[in-house]
Amino acid sequence: MKRGPMNRGATGRESTGLRTGRAARAGQYVALLAYLVFLAFPFVWLISTAFKPARELGSLHPTWIPEHPTLDNFRQAFDEQPLLQAAANSLIAAVSAALIAVVIATPMAYVMARHRGRLASAATGWVVVSQAFPFVLVIIPLFLVLKNLHLINTLAGLVLVYVVWSLPFALWMLAGYVRAVPAELEEAAAVDGAGRVRTLVSVVAPLLAPGLVATALFAFITAWNEFFFALVLLKTPKEQTLPVVLTHFLGAEGVADLGPLAAAAFLATLPSLVLFAFIQRRITGGMAAGAVKH
Amino acid sequence: MTSVTAVQQSGPDEPRGGRPGRGGRGGSPPGSRRPGASGPPGGKAFGDRAAWFLVLPALIPILVLSVGPLLYGIALAFTDAQSGRTRSTQWIGTLNFQDLLHDTLFWDSFRIGLIWAAGVTIPQFLLALGLALLLNQNLRMRWLARALAIIPWAMPEVVVGIMWRLVYNPDAGILNETVRDLGLGDGRDWLTGLATALPAVILVGVWAGMPQTTVALLAGLQNTPRELHEAAALDGAGAWRRFRTVTWPAIKPIALAISALNLIWNFNSFALVYVLTSGGPGGRTRLPMLFAYEEAFRYGQFGYAAAMGCVMVAVISVLLALYLVGRLRGGEDR
Repeated sequence: MKRGPMNRGATGRESTGLRTGRAARAGQYVALLAYLVFLAFPFVWLISTAFKPARELGSLHPTWIPEHPTLDNFRQAFDEQPLLQAAANSLIAAVSAALIAVVIATPMAYVMARHRGRLASAATGWVVVSQAFPFVLVIIPLFLVLKNLHLINTLAGLVLVYVVWSLPFALWMLAGYVRAVPAELEEAAAVDGAGRVRTLVSVVAPLLAPGLVATALFAFITAWNEFFFALVLLKTPKEQTLPVVLTHFLGAEGVADLGPLAAAAFLATLPSLVLFAFIQRRITGGMAAGAVKH
Repeated sequence: MTSVTAVQQSGPDEPRGGRPGRGGRGGSPPGSRRPGASGPPGGKAFGDRAAWFLVLPALIPILVLSVGPLLYGIALAFTDAQSGRTRSTQWIGTLNFQDLLHDTLFWDSFRIGLIWAAGVTIPQFLLALGLALLLNQNLRMRWLARALAIIPWAMPEVVVGIMWRLVYNPDAGILNETVRDLGLGDGRDWLTGLATALPAVILVGVWAGMPQTTVALLAGLQNTPRELHEAAALDGAGAWRRFRTVTWPAIKPIALAISALNLIWNFNSFALVYVLTSGGPGGRTRLPMLFAYEEAFRYGQFGYAAAMGCVMVAVISVLLALYLVGRLRGGEDR
């Protein structure tokens, strides 16, 4: 849509060029608006439902904006299900998994980024192949293994699974960040007599810090949101994480108390949304950086 | 970032968007490098022993909890393993697979899984491409689209499912209210209707996966050389031709990668549909993952469920290989 001085020819032609440009622009804005509505409306509806009193929820003509907004649904949600316990479980599992994953993934990502050997290739290969694993083929053996270790129905068992489960993406992102650290810096450190591990700890790690934080937060969100493993591995409500407890609101026949359900779902989403907003740019940048090489 | 990466890459002959595992190119194993051959920047080979040392903390959990269980799972498919049985498990050869061959319920589920995977992946890709092209324009409100795109991406899948159940709710849902407002009838029970359940669930799948695809494609678009666009525009190429000759070739590797990944992820999807319909009505939305989950953890048929998992992997691998080979070959002809 270049126009203006580049348009050779008479002024008449230039103006038509301008007009189609405007029409195209308008079309683009309409399309963008449609996307915005499509992306946002379910979430707006969730929030609206969360703040509606029971009477409005039962009405046959639901409105977008609650006429008498209330916090009753939130109170009721906490009464109905052990949400605080579930949130605490989720928090413990997600924080542990994120920290462990980043700590053990960083050295390996470093090798993937800098080493030119079969080991690095194998690691990269595993990262890619692991994306294709159907969970069902892994969950049954995992269940049996964890059962033998007496880790079924414990958060520790879940954390182990989450660590391994978040490794592929963590490795992928971290390897991208390592590549962005100039190799010359490390060579300088080597000339100064620093060993491999020293170099990693005192030269590379500080430069990687923002990437490490972003990766850890992403691993946290992934674990906080995860449902399938938690559903299979945690049996008693006392141990269950937030997503599993949320499904208890749905009841046996799928007849749900909509208000508390919406309120609890809204609360469970907030940490992920806030943290994700915080790291969004880094995640998208990291994905692209990882993709440059692979 | 790109420039650094470029310095470190070894040669110009490497194919773009190539496969992983090309680190070993160049023949000589890194451990055997002459001492003192400092080489080009980035050709810094450190010994294999150091590499092993650094890899070990992640490698052990990977072997124990990822590679091991995968092999164990494949082995289980050839046994009669069941949950809570006292008798010891026996090898039964390919009996599970023979049973599976005649299990029409499973193949129904498999067919639904393929419809779901294709039905989600294709619209997801097209919609994401449209959005990415829009976001690549100099429009106002782009920040808003970026902000909103976070919602589907960051949300727990369970919450996505719950949220859309509220939208689809026959009485209190906004969809039926809109349908009534537009005078299109009384609306319906979308998630329990035999005809509407699968399309309704697919729409949610599209919504949930769109942002990730958009971001990946946008990253590709932003690497497209601007000058090429302008040159093509000067030559009088229309928007469609510019897209086909300039934009598409530039984003093709990313487009292939992300749609292949989407296909796999969607085929293996579980939580969304579990929350939305639990596979109902009458199995109309029972994806293979849900089927296998029930087989394993409701009925305790570990061996049989593992066999299902194996079939799923095999079929999806074949499909993917055909897709990638086809697309890559199509690219070379041009």
